Amino acid sequence: MHAMMEISTLHYLVLGAALFLLGVIGVLTRRNVVIVLMSIELILNAVNLNLVAFSRYWQSLHGPSALHGQVFAIFIITDAAAEAAVGLGILIAFFRNKETVNVDEVNLLKW
Amino acid sequence: MNPSLTANPPVNPPVATPFFFYGLAAIMIIGGILVITRKNAVHSALALITTLLAQAGLYLMLYAPFVAGVQIILYAGGIMVLFLFVIMLISIERQEKERQFNKQWLVGIVAAGALGGLFIAVYTTTAKGILFPPVGRESYVEGQNTQEIASLLFDMHKGMYMFAFEIASLLLLVAIIGAVVMAKKRI
Repeated sequence: MHAMMEISTLHYLVLGAALFLLGVIGVLTRRNVVIVLMSIELILNAVNLNLVAFSRYWQSLHGPSALHGQVFAIFIITDAAAEAAVGLGILIAFFRNKETVNVDEVNLLKW
Repeated sequence: MNPSLTANPPVNPPVATPFFFYGLAAIMIIGGILVITRKNAVHSALALITTLLAQAGLYLMLYAPFVAGVQIILYAGGIMVLFLFVIMLISIERQEKERQFNKQWLVGIVAAGALGGLFIAVYTTTAKGILFPPVGRESYVEGQNTQEIASLLFDMHKGMYMFAFEIASLLLLVAIIGAVVMAKKRI
């Protein structure tokens, strides 16, 4: 009974999958670009949760200094910061030109 | 340095793991739902901050205190403040009165449902708990976590991520330049 109650790596993976799905739904359905970018952050965080959970699993196999998943998570956080900065810069430039932040009105490159 | 601290560092065993896991998971899921459903972008940002802080708690449960600190300082403190600044720069009042979901919302939900079905199929057929034993039993020295990560990143013999680290710093430089150029008055 106690073993059933224990939280395994799979619990974290399922939670990560749920957050990933929420992020995908947000990216695909919302019109506001700011909220689309926030949904991308949700997706990146779901991946980070998976990486850290697998890092814990890897630690139980290869000793306490096998922390590759956590290093990967730090790199993903770096990428998220870069992506947010560039994406929001593009958003400000777009808002200055077209006075809107809706994705379906972003059609300057469409013909 | 205190020799007793390095010789025999304290180990914190996990306490009430299911309670904290399910509590934090519920906070994260509710926060995620609020992020993608709120009209006001500021409310979405606050819900996302709640989700990120709960996720930092999960990192602490997984014996990753350094990643938890980076999550709080960089994500909840840095990136989300950047988001809030941009929300202040663009007008919110008009956004709330407009349509919130685009025309492809049904297709989007169907695609996300297909992805969810894929996840369920994978996790029920291949995982079954055999591949991933319970991780709640072992406990690690949290005081050495930052040191171990630093040795993976910077150590001359063990460090295999030094080149990736340098590339990440270059990426950040490019992102800074790109953001400044994008936000200029005249491009």
